[in-house]
Amino acid sequence: MKDEVTREERVTNLKGLGSSRKRVEDARFTQGKGHYVDDINLPGMLTGDFVRSPYAHARVKSINIDAAMALDGVVAVLTAKDLEPLSLHWMPTLAGDKQMVLADGKVLFQGQEVAFVVAKDRYIAADAVDLVEVEYEELPVIVDPFKSLQSDVVLREDLDPTAPGAHGPRKHHNHIFTWEAGDEEGTNAVIDDADVVATEEMYYHRTHPCPLEPCGSVASMDKVNGKLTLYGTFQAPHVVRTVASLLSGIEEHNIRVVSPDIGGGFGNKVGVYPGYVCSIVASIVTGVPVKWVEDRMENLMSTAFARDYWMKGKISATKEGKITGLHCHVTADHGAFDACADPTKFPAGFMSICTGSYDIPIAYLGVDGVYTNKAPGGVSYRCSFRVTEAVYFIERMIEVLAIELNMDAAELRRINFIKKEQFPYDSALGWEYDSGDYHTAWDKALKAVDYEGLRKEQAERVAAFKRGETRTIMGIGLSFFTEIVGAGPVKNCDILGMGMFDSCEIRIHPTGSAIARLGTISQGQGHATTFAQILASEIGIPADSITIEEGDTDTAPYGLGTYGSRSTPVAGAATAMAGRKIRAKAQMIAAYLLEVHDDDVEFDVDRFVIKGAPERFKTMGEIAYAAYNQAIPGLEPGLEAVSYYDPPNMTYPFGAYVCVMDIDVDTGVPKINRFYALDDCGTRINPMVIEGQIHGGLTEALAVALGQEIAYDDMGNCKTATLMDFFLPTAWEVPNFETDFTVTPSPHHPIGAKGVGESPHVGGVPCFSNAVQDAFRPFGNRHTNMPHDHWRIWKTANDLGMHD
Amino acid sequence: MITSAFEYHRPSNLAGALTVLEEHGDDARVIAGGHSLIPMMKLRMADVPHLVDLQDIADLKGITVEVGTVTIGAMTTQHDLINNKALLAAAPIIHEAALQIADPQVRYMGTIGGNVANGDPGNDMPGLMQCLDATFTLVGPDGTRSVKAREFYEAAYMTEREDGEILTQISFSVTNSGFAYEKQKRKIGDYATAACAVLITKEDGKVTSASVAMTNLSDVPVLSEAAGAALVGTSCDAIAMKAAVAAALQDIDPTEDNRGPVEFKIHVAGIIISRAIARAWSRA
Repeated sequence: MKDEVTREERVTNLKGLGSSRKRVEDARFTQGKGHYVDDINLPGMLTGDFVRSPYAHARVKSINIDAAMALDGVVAVLTAKDLEPLSLHWMPTLAGDKQMVLADGKVLFQGQEVAFVVAKDRYIAADAVDLVEVEYEELPVIVDPFKSLQSDVVLREDLDPTAPGAHGPRKHHNHIFTWEAGDEEGTNAVIDDADVVATEEMYYHRTHPCPLEPCGSVASMDKVNGKLTLYGTFQAPHVVRTVASLLSGIEEHNIRVVSPDIGGGFGNKVGVYPGYVCSIVASIVTGVPVKWVEDRMENLMSTAFARDYWMKGKISATKEGKITGLHCHVTADHGAFDACADPTKFPAGFMSICTGSYDIPIAYLGVDGVYTNKAPGGVSYRCSFRVTEAVYFIERMIEVLAIELNMDAAELRRINFIKKEQFPYDSALGWEYDSGDYHTAWDKALKAVDYEGLRKEQAERVAAFKRGETRTIMGIGLSFFTEIVGAGPVKNCDILGMGMFDSCEIRIHPTGSAIARLGTISQGQGHATTFAQILASEIGIPADSITIEEGDTDTAPYGLGTYGSRSTPVAGAATAMAGRKIRAKAQMIAAYLLEVHDDDVEFDVDRFVIKGAPERFKTMGEIAYAAYNQAIPGLEPGLEAVSYYDPPNMTYPFGAYVCVMDIDVDTGVPKINRFYALDDCGTRINPMVIEGQIHGGLTEALAVALGQEIAYDDMGNCKTATLMDFFLPTAWEVPNFETDFTVTPSPHHPIGAKGVGESPHVGGVPCFSNAVQDAFRPFGNRHTNMPHDHWRIWKTANDLGMHD
Repeated sequence: MITSAFEYHRPSNLAGALTVLEEHGDDARVIAGGHSLIPMMKLRMADVPHLVDLQDIADLKGITVEVGTVTIGAMTTQHDLINNKALLAAAPIIHEAALQIADPQVRYMGTIGGNVANGDPGNDMPGLMQCLDATFTLVGPDGTRSVKAREFYEAAYMTEREDGEILTQISFSVTNSGFAYEKQKRKIGDYATAACAVLITKEDGKVTSASVAMTNLSDVPVLSEAAGAALVGTSCDAIAMKAAVAAALQDIDPTEDNRGPVEFKIHVAGIIISRAIARAWSRA
């Protein structure tokens, strides 16, 4: 039989690795056919709504539910007293602390859950919330972590002030933990002896992931068969199942957790919220399904925030600019409960990646976690655990050191980069960077933007400003970042004791199509598109013929979920490995069908061919059919595989970004004229999806750098609880992004891929911030804190005497 | 973010709307585009047992330009204002300002009547109407009356309009003055950090009349007569501009909010006013 299709066409038809295959999810998302938690409506379902605290710190003297219960349609009003017999009035957090589900005697932040009203519909529930009478006695409010550590006011009366916390000794009743990495004594000695030392203090402000879809759940307890089904906005559905089982005492096989379509997560949907617990309890109590879906204000005020790190740095160098040491101390404001979502052994996440992309011989990091009267959280908002903070810190320290050395910041980076031949590279703070080629990426980026030309233009603009010919100045923002993504390995990383592996299970159907299920869950990343591409290249079945399914714990293999850019590094690896198991069996089937020895056939795109005689082959379709309709000696029927993948290391994507910005010094308005982003995420699975991820991450980076924040007044009132004040950029605020890439595969990942969804956020924030700061550098600026909103930029100009 | 229960009324004529208002008094409020009122109801900061939707009242929509007068029905949307060619010719400043209000989705719903009647100091149209010296028509149980935009605003959300009245139309003279509406905002959909409407007429290289009004720089829109006066008779040179800005700044009283402290707002207001004057002068 003559093969009409060329080999090249066969590769193209697979839509495998490297194909800009269109996203299969978009057909439903762009037509309003997504199916989110709030779209789930079960027969007889009730709705829950919270009574929340208007105070940031107060004693709850009494709660009177009589008027609410008297309202027609109200079924129950739950308070801590009702949850106490079930031991559910408090719940454990991912960080080893515990958190009130409903106010137990006091409230510790504005918006805290006080009572849960369950009613026949959302409207009645909201009316009933207004009828619950809560008597508060206000207590002194602490919103500043430094003051908190000095204060006599005990925020967490439930904790023994002298007992150690989950991460060791506590220094003060409002102190949570001290976490250290590196050699402090050695680092101090190096810094003390150095030619040049730059010190800086910087505040990485509190912000919020603010996914378009807020958090919610629908719990349905079937009392007849004892099964609980829980639908929810979960970035880690299997972990939620395990936690729900441990908390409720319901055996794990009787709990089914489903994450339907999720409208963005960005870390906000990793943890467990009181609303989830209350919907479960309410369903158990009432015997009917109960839905809880928060609104935007509740999302911004009470669910997990991000950042809020006060960072103090010292960096030393030789006169020539070779960095010799780095010292970093962080005061971390964790709010009322330590509900950070980090691997158990890392209470400050991977902040110790703060040596960045540079060959720094010795370093130290110390982090002190502190309680305040602010919402709990501390999640990784579009980044691996605390990596945005780490990269912002080092990229600002580099800029400050460049000022100290009177040196160009691009050149300072270049002479300190870890060299290509140093990989795998062991960092001073204990990480093994898998691969990188920073110099090539940096040179490509600087050339693409004509860096020297930009500096000349900037110098002319400075001169023109000083001559009074213009009131705008120009900034050139640089950043070079290294991410650390893809947690595990299991030996280092776990969530509540569950090792951070991930999984894939593949079933090939007789007609040559397939379904693969994974332990991860897409929230917009496009897993259904890209994981099918990994498989297509591994098993020779077109991506269009492969269904990817995630998010239902009854069908998907156990996995740790999607956050920290771990899906491709871990579940993507599991997918490739499971695919290879399929291929191994397919090889045996092909050899049998071709009547040759197993070793005499080899895989070729979409088939197995006889070595040296490619005209004799069996396609994967033929092999799949044979697996189900032929008795093959020594082989079981069927064609399935499962892989649980424990990564040997994390992956280290990197990138080089440049932002060119104009600033109107009179109004504080910035205008981004150019943004260039070079990303190296190793092997590129789908260039179009990567580009989309870069655009999204940069958009959120722009938001955080230029105005997005969760701010409190001295009374602990959240000042930014609506989208009027909380900056969520639209197409109007977002500039054009130029994307570029280099490819340095991960040596330990089965297909060499690294993960990319969060890189642009990690690299983007310092790039935008550095552009603002660089514009003011010729006028004497050293460092100003984000967010660089109009008034803060204006204030920088004002402080530098530029309005005189 | 769920409203309390309310009765929804949707009269097809003005008399019907007035009847509902008369019947329910304080318990009734009219709704135009709803972009201010609905969020307030959802936050339960506004309790409106009877909501009177005006969108079926055809008489309240439309733009006419006749014998030197522009008349705009209160239920005319910002989108309609932007896309009306006769209005563009008769008062191009409306076009420039309306394009700076929120985003297209909001402008499809938001109306000029709602914008001017609500008394929200953040709204853009009140200052603009003072700049144009517009007249508002109010219809109530006792008949129809006219109030000048310059006399309409008493304090934040407090206006000359009585509870039983509906603001039905807005009218002003056709203008061929040089114009500008300058607005600084943090983002799309935000209220102004500072905004300024300016109309300037010129003859023989001199300003013959000038009107300067500002948005969100006090609890009411601010028309600065002194700023206008400082420009008249001058060639709008640097000295005159500086005097006008100084005069305008005397008339404002901004408050600190998330956009920034008072000092910043006053500085930015000065910049925005001077840019608006310069652009209006360049078009005069």
